[in-house]
Amino acid sequence: MNITLQVWRQAGPDAPGGFQTYQVNEISAEMSFLEMLDVLNERLTNQGEEPIAFDHDCREGICGSCGVMINGQAHGPQPGTATCQLHMRKFADGATIVVEPWRASAFPLVRDLVVDRSSFDRIIGAGGFISVDTGSAPDANLIPIPKAVADAAFDAAACIGCGACVAACPNGAANLFTAAKISHLNLLPQGQAERWARTENMVQMMEQYFGSCTNHGECEKACPKSISIDFIAMMNADYVKAKFRNRRLVSQTG
Amino acid sequence: MRGLEAKVPEGPITDKWESHKFSVRLVNPNNKRKFKIIVVGSGLAGASAAATLGELGYDVEVFTFHDSPRRAHSIAAQGGINAAKNYHNDGDSVFRLFYDTVKGGDYRSREANVHRLAELSLNIIDQATAQGVPFAREYGGLLDNRSFGGAQVSRTFYARGATGQQLLLGAYSALMRQVDAGKVRLHTRAEMLDVVTKDGRAVGIVVRDLVTGEVTSHSAHAVVLATGGYSNVYYLSTNAMASNATAIWRAHRRGAAFANPCFTQIHPTCIPASDEFQSKLTLMSESLRNDGRIWVPKNASDDRPPGQIPEEDRDYFLERMYPAFGNLVPRDVASRAAKRMVDSEKGVGPLKNGVYLDFASAIAREGAAAIEDRYSNLFEMYDRITDEDPYQTPMRIYPAPHYTMGGLWVDYNLMTTIPGLYSIGEANFSDHGANRLGASALMQGLADGYFVLPSTIGDYLADYLGDPIVPTDDAAFSLVESEVTARVDGYLATNGARTVDWFHKELGKIMLDQCGMSRSEAGLEKALSDIPALYEEFKTDMRVPGVNESLNQSLERAGRVDDFFELAQAMAVDARYREESCGGHFREEHQTEEGEALRDDEHFSHVAAWFWTDDPGKPELETEDLRFENVKLSTRSYK
Repeated sequence: MNITLQVWRQAGPDAPGGFQTYQVNEISAEMSFLEMLDVLNERLTNQGEEPIAFDHDCREGICGSCGVMINGQAHGPQPGTATCQLHMRKFADGATIVVEPWRASAFPLVRDLVVDRSSFDRIIGAGGFISVDTGSAPDANLIPIPKAVADAAFDAAACIGCGACVAACPNGAANLFTAAKISHLNLLPQGQAERWARTENMVQMMEQYFGSCTNHGECEKACPKSISIDFIAMMNADYVKAKFRNRRLVSQTG
Repeated sequence: MRGLEAKVPEGPITDKWESHKFSVRLVNPNNKRKFKIIVVGSGLAGASAAATLGELGYDVEVFTFHDSPRRAHSIAAQGGINAAKNYHNDGDSVFRLFYDTVKGGDYRSREANVHRLAELSLNIIDQATAQGVPFAREYGGLLDNRSFGGAQVSRTFYARGATGQQLLLGAYSALMRQVDAGKVRLHTRAEMLDVVTKDGRAVGIVVRDLVTGEVTSHSAHAVVLATGGYSNVYYLSTNAMASNATAIWRAHRRGAAFANPCFTQIHPTCIPASDEFQSKLTLMSESLRNDGRIWVPKNASDDRPPGQIPEEDRDYFLERMYPAFGNLVPRDVASRAAKRMVDSEKGVGPLKNGVYLDFASAIAREGAAAIEDRYSNLFEMYDRITDEDPYQTPMRIYPAPHYTMGGLWVDYNLMTTIPGLYSIGEANFSDHGANRLGASALMQGLADGYFVLPSTIGDYLADYLGDPIVPTDDAAFSLVESEVTARVDGYLATNGARTVDWFHKELGKIMLDQCGMSRSEAGLEKALSDIPALYEEFKTDMRVPGVNESLNQSLERAGRVDDFFELAQAMAVDARYREESCGGHFREEHQTEEGEALRDDEHFSHVAAWFWTDDPGKPELETEDLRFENVKLSTRSYK
């Protein structure tokens, strides 16, 4: 198939950027979107031009490295699919495809389609963990966890940290990312000891970098792991509670 | 002879690790902060080691070429992690896990290391569960298990089809907790390009900032390489695109012995290549072999769609050849059987390059919902890649390079032959012998990082209490820095006609043909003349566009492929030297009448450790004898 690409090119964070048009002919519909970019990059290199920089690694939809706006949609048109798992068969022969980096002030541009998402690491560092030094854990079957709870925790934990939720949000908010990690840990019995401090600290860190959530729901649509915005409601509920809870009574249930 | 001192403790195998922990020297808690340790890599091994060393109070610096430690390729492991918990009362024990792993590795691993691994498997599951890793559970709330190849018990813990992701996120969260606490400093998009030694000891590393191109030196009391395996030498593999051997290869060039480089694992269940532009191969978890049945048409010319081929015209070849283990034979055995089918023109799919993995019986037996619960994300991934629905039509699979058992030689303390330089996880050679069993890589990475290295590193450091780190303006550093800079500048200045990827693909083809699933003397000789010839072309005819001073992904790849060219030669030399078949290493000259691997315990019951000599085709060999006192050497039989 033949396609026309309009790709955002920018040499560095302070350099001016703009769209470049590339005609990419004779590609296979069985290629992934990133393999199509590989082919274009090989052709550019052979022509003496600089290839397009883009982040990618596992190409199995799990490492969260890749992610670009494709025709204005984060990760492109296929629901629940990261850019690396999107295949050219999802596009019409002769189509024009617009490719841009994630656009969010919390993700400064590095080059071309590559952005800096280290603000996500800082949110995790603020409380996205259970404090358990190596060696201090009790037997794993000591605390039974109902299957439904473990499954719900996994649904939240499936987040790959790609940043599509932020890129899709009109406010550049990271609520789905933050809520997924908070919910994963707050749902589990092991996460209860730090539940309120975790929620407060992570939300505070998030707000230093990202915009505010106004319930557009675009994040859920863009998420390659289809993580539900119900987790944002859960985070919000815990955030309110965190402001009132007497942490000395944290072991009380109900 | 430099000597390979494995430092395996004396005593019965069940007591070795306990007594070793008591006999190694410790560093007092208040003194730990005086020691600086560099950890390179942030996968399961690196992140767990860095987090634990930080918790213990050491001053830790972590380097990763990724934009975040969470991207490391451990994240892509699907199926599970073994542990001898015996929660299912099916006769499992530490000794059985130890025994299965030594046998699965075809008797080419160090007994004491494997036993320690089996012991620590228990602690890993406890640690991960306490961190909030959402392992699969049964309705009673307790942990669920499944079976994996090479075992007759269910000891594999899993988190849907994303066990590696969940374990890595656990280790990453522990790491980020230490970063937030100021115990660990994190350097992202920072690629280690060399090790620095002084007076024979590792004293630091040289790193290139991938965004600015700046080359800098970093000094420490000890350096830990947790940089993964080298399957990408084959170009097409299940490894992530950036996975590479540069860190361990540069360490090798500075004096670290490289052990068993030819021991590579070709994983049986991957999605076959669909065209020449394929950038990588995608693994389908081995856990699928619990419920999927592998078959090909009996008749090579049978072109009917799989659903229309009746039972009597199908050959369930693994069940036929290995009735006791059936579809759950170890990976090397399953891969070679699939290759035999495709070589005899019974392959399926448009390119006739696969075999079927069929879930129809399991769906009929247990219902689609039960299968969906176990494998939904794998089925979805398969559908996305191939546009075929595995609930309706069998998957097509074929073996692909996946894991490398070989790696830097390490002693029982996980130290390489360079004092102060450690290697953990897939980067070392230690525990899997000639073939790794499924669900054992996560186990080894975490055992090394959480438990082994933090217990053994103090023994080395204790000698250097009060010694300052070597300053980075020392001549030892500036010399290596200038070498690294010259190498980078050289790639940019070559300005030839072909891209780095073109060379990488060509190298991969040579390796897959001559040093892949099946090897022969003649093929290896050919590889050893073809690789250097292609390497010469690479040096003079590569084209790397752009400049050093900004993000330049072609430049990054040039360095990695450069090192793959040298490593490939070591692999071929090692494969030629090892005149036997064992595990993943199959020499055509050494097979039974039925085509199974034929070991030669009399001559090759040893580790082949190679030292650098400035000629990548002529490394110097030293061997470490393997003694089996607890496992009886026998021909592996899965019939």
